[in-house]
Amino acid sequence: MSTVVDGNALAGVLAEFLGPDASRALLRCAGCGSIGLLAQTRVHASPMGSVARCRDCDTALVTVVDGPDRHWVGFPGARAVSTSID
Amino acid sequence: MATFTRGFGGRRHERDDSRIPPGQTLVQDWPVLSAGATPEIEPAEWSFSIRTESGLHTWSWDEVQALGVEDVTVDIHCVTHWTKLDMPWRGVPLDRLFADVETSLDFCMVHSFGGYTTNVPLDELLDGQSWIAFEADGAPLEPEHGGPARLLVPHLYFWKSAKWVRGIVMQSDDEPGFWENAGYNLHGDPWKEERYW
Amino acid sequence: MTLPDTGLEARITPPGSAAVRRRPAWHAATVAAVSPETPNARRIVLEVPTWPGNDPGQHLDLRLTAEDGYQASRSYSIASSGEATSVVLAVDRVEDGEVSPFLVDAVEVGDALEVHGPLGGWFVWRPGVSDRPVQLVAGGSGIVPLAAIAGAHADAGDAAPFRLLYAVRTPEDVFFRTELARAGAAGVDTTIVYSRRAPVGAPVPAGRLTRETLAAAVFPPDTGALVYVCGSTPFVEQVLRWLGELGHDTTDVRAERFGGS
Repeated sequence: MSTVVDGNALAGVLAEFLGPDASRALLRCAGCGSIGLLAQTRVHASPMGSVARCRDCDTALVTVVDGPDRHWVGFPGARAVSTSID
Repeated sequence: MATFTRGFGGRRHERDDSRIPPGQTLVQDWPVLSAGATPEIEPAEWSFSIRTESGLHTWSWDEVQALGVEDVTVDIHCVTHWTKLDMPWRGVPLDRLFADVETSLDFCMVHSFGGYTTNVPLDELLDGQSWIAFEADGAPLEPEHGGPARLLVPHLYFWKSAKWVRGIVMQSDDEPGFWENAGYNLHGDPWKEERYW
Repeated sequence: MTLPDTGLEARITPPGSAAVRRRPAWHAATVAAVSPETPNARRIVLEVPTWPGNDPGQHLDLRLTAEDGYQASRSYSIASSGEATSVVLAVDRVEDGEVSPFLVDAVEVGDALEVHGPLGGWFVWRPGVSDRPVQLVAGGSGIVPLAAIAGAHADAGDAAPFRLLYAVRTPEDVFFRTELARAGAAGVDTTIVYSRRAPVGAPVPAGRLTRETLAAAVFPPDTGALVYVCGSTPFVEQVLRWLGELGHDTTDVRAERFGGS
């Protein structure tokens, strides 16, 4: 039920929030300050939701919860996100 | 806009059993759901603390056990729609720890090893409603299921039964924990289907 | 406020290599063809009339809706690329999975489902962008996006040196035999390693992939190769560890982890 993947798996649901190229979004970790691509985050996915964590310090950067007719996206550990302009 | 796909199975809701909350399906296995890596904690290094406005109370593994372990059989309901009925657990009621604790604060933030948090009102942990649990299904709790000890609060959705529990910080407001911030309900009553915000 | 156009900008971006921006969207799809790919996997061709095309390496989210409204969604890498409205997937059956057993065992030509895509701008390779050598490393079904990349390289007559290391359990578990043979003929230097059983007469006996096998098959670190690794999470993590030990700059390695064990 739970699996560990990477941020590529969040590209679809986060397209609504971060634009068409979500896997290349940059995030700065609020825990250790490192900057990295969403695609490279360690993602713990389960039916509860997905949690993208910093590979260096394990801080939860992004949370995604899928309800029947809504998504919830949280950035508990990423104060800002950067995506490139089209 | 959803297109139905021929032959793809949905879930059966066994509404004829009054012990199964709405939207739940009975399962016989025990799914593992994780938000992060599984901590590895030995009982010898484990402790449980309650922080109040006036101080910090801490119990070791042996001290918690000495408060009196009881057998309980409960139903558990996960917000991801599965329910297990008549599950045997062994643990210490939170009442026994709070007997020694004075606080005027009404809400609890439950903390786990590994950083997980979840909020529960104090009056929903007391009066026989919750345990620090060490055994399930007749065996010591496996790490993937929250061992060596987890909170057990069966009247709320199971994300409130924090795995790898390490303590409670009293709070004056019902501040949201990890999944509550992320989209899940602050309270989580399965009988009212309090799943999301 | 901007600077005046000097006419130099057009020279800086070579024509044909600029990323075509295709915004991901939900599309109605119909199953156009199904065929067994391996004993455990199925090739599924979807006809997606509104598909804008996809780059090699991209994926889509596939959503199934039951009659009671219950929905399940899973990500699948796309084995095809380009402008065509037919989209090729290859789905491995995950034991106790909710979606893959349905796709591998039950879905039929004519069935309707929905896809969200194309997705993923990072785990992508396009011909004509760079002449860096390309190293592809696939574990099991991780070959799917890498087959798309190797296929695009072959179709474009691209000149970049290409190598593929493909780790499988037995010869029956090899996906896309025909496509890989074609890529091999087009110059992709392909090594297949078998962990459980090798083909009769194979030069190397079966055995788990090791750091030494990896080192012998991949471009050395100083060639500046672009490396793409895809497969189960443990496979990818192991390969990344070894690549780092062998001196590759792993921050430059592109990885896609499928989960599982």
